[in-house]
Amino acid sequence: MRALCWLGEDGLAVRQVPDPELRNAADAIVRVRRSATCGEDLPLLGGRAPYLSVGDVLGHEFLGDVVEVGPRVRRHRVGDRVVVCATVACGSCWFCRQGRYGCCDNGSTGPAVAEEAWGQPTVGCFGHPRAVGGFAGGHAEYVRVPYADVGAFAVPDAVDDDRAVFASDAVPTGWLGAELGEVRPGDVVAVWGAGAVGQMAAQAALLHGASRVVVIDRHLDRLRSAERHVGAETLDYEATDVAAELRERSGGRGPDVCVEAVGMAWDGTGPRSLADLFVTAGRTATPPDRPIAVREAVHACRKGGTVVVLGTFTGFVDTFPLGAVMHKGLTVRSSRQHGQRWIPMLLERMARGEISTAHLATHRLPLEQGAHGYDLFRDRADGCLRAVFTP
Amino acid sequence: MGRTTRGARALARTAGAMVAGTRAGVVAVAGTRAGVAARGVRVPGRAGRPHAADARARPGRWQVVTVDRPPDRVLPDGPRPEPLHRLGDGVEVAVRPAPGGRGTELAARPACGRPLTGMAAHLVGDDPGLLIRETLRQVKQLAETGELLRADRSPLDRPGHG
Repeated sequence: MRALCWLGEDGLAVRQVPDPELRNAADAIVRVRRSATCGEDLPLLGGRAPYLSVGDVLGHEFLGDVVEVGPRVRRHRVGDRVVVCATVACGSCWFCRQGRYGCCDNGSTGPAVAEEAWGQPTVGCFGHPRAVGGFAGGHAEYVRVPYADVGAFAVPDAVDDDRAVFASDAVPTGWLGAELGEVRPGDVVAVWGAGAVGQMAAQAALLHGASRVVVIDRHLDRLRSAERHVGAETLDYEATDVAAELRERSGGRGPDVCVEAVGMAWDGTGPRSLADLFVTAGRTATPPDRPIAVREAVHACRKGGTVVVLGTFTGFVDTFPLGAVMHKGLTVRSSRQHGQRWIPMLLERMARGEISTAHLATHRLPLEQGAHGYDLFRDRADGCLRAVFTP
Repeated sequence: MGRTTRGARALARTAGAMVAGTRAGVVAVAGTRAGVAARGVRVPGRAGRPHAADARARPGRWQVVTVDRPPDRVLPDGPRPEPLHRLGDGVEVAVRPAPGGRGTELAARPACGRPLTGMAAHLVGDDPGLLIRETLRQVKQLAETGELLRADRSPLDRPGHG
């Protein structure tokens, strides 16, 4: 089959690779209809996540048709159109049974690697190194889906492919932001990052009853998109004092909930603190993650408020304003998404038009143009919010 | 139930009370008031801090996983299930109910003075803890999901490659 492979310094290219095969009895094989780029992929492309191997297939956000099922698959049959949660969770461990699929104990084939890095094995993810999965990604003609009964969901007819693909990751991750923030009616919510996840977090906050949602970014096309399609207010951080604006828009209190949806997708521009410059000086091998948006969120948040970190970080973060967290009594929360818990509900909301995703697919390309799609996405070129590929 | 010795009680405290009830320093199958069950657990027959000269004979640290299943599902009666079985007698194993209804705490460590042999010794290399942790994770995954999650095969692993 054809698949978009990571080639190390040579970037990305579509290559012929062996078709996936059933490896476990609970597996299904899915023929991909659509797959999407995600900011979480960018650190992988930039070599900032270890253990990726040349030839690995990228992509974790996809939907398609079931073409083969293992003997223990009960909920799906050949021909089902399914969206597949980006993370791989077993559905049987203690965490999954609490609905915390993003903390699954049994979703990775390389738990020792994650244990070394983070102290515990973590949930798996398609198109990622073994520390977080060991499963080929969705930018391909076919994908093997472990625990198919747990992570694949039938898509309502009312939701077409270009909309449904985002139920794999962007929509549940955005929903996670509102859930972890425990957004309540009347809350003021600030969201850093007007990409797909940031917009979905803003939309989720509004659906949770927030009275005011402010999205912060510097890309005007993304800000306009968040205004038009989500109904959020926006701030261009290059044109204004974000903290002052947020205080003004929240009665001087600061936002009740601050959601960071940038992570390591930070584009290398914008302000850097003196401390940032200090700690990165002389480090060439593995520079620390740069939590600029997290820092700003911590400073902006009201006392006793909640800061939610949705962006992906892999390593260490220096210059974190722990003092502000302590003195303001903040709660800082983060997690991988629990899509297995929410995707059916989110698909229903998408079918009813409560959640808009069609505008996220700004660029629709054949898989063969996957490398070009990632260039557009990485550079935010041509108004690219997400590139969606068709094999 | 066998009589509990001072040495066994000291070790039990160290190991988080996983082990209790000894007979001549060796627990065959033992239970406690707390419902602890241990099988094939080997403990030293002396109490107190060992001298430096004895350090090499001390058992390694317990490696523990919590399995979201009851103890009799994690470690049924009879021979140890695979993959624990392949570690042989060189490993002590203990189980106890996990607090808060979280299932079972399953623990293992290299037995005192009993080096791993055969394939287990080959696999373990310089880090017995690593092999034991991986084995415990496999036991946990088998108990919780019914099978071991396998990675996708790389093209190099496929038949006909080359």
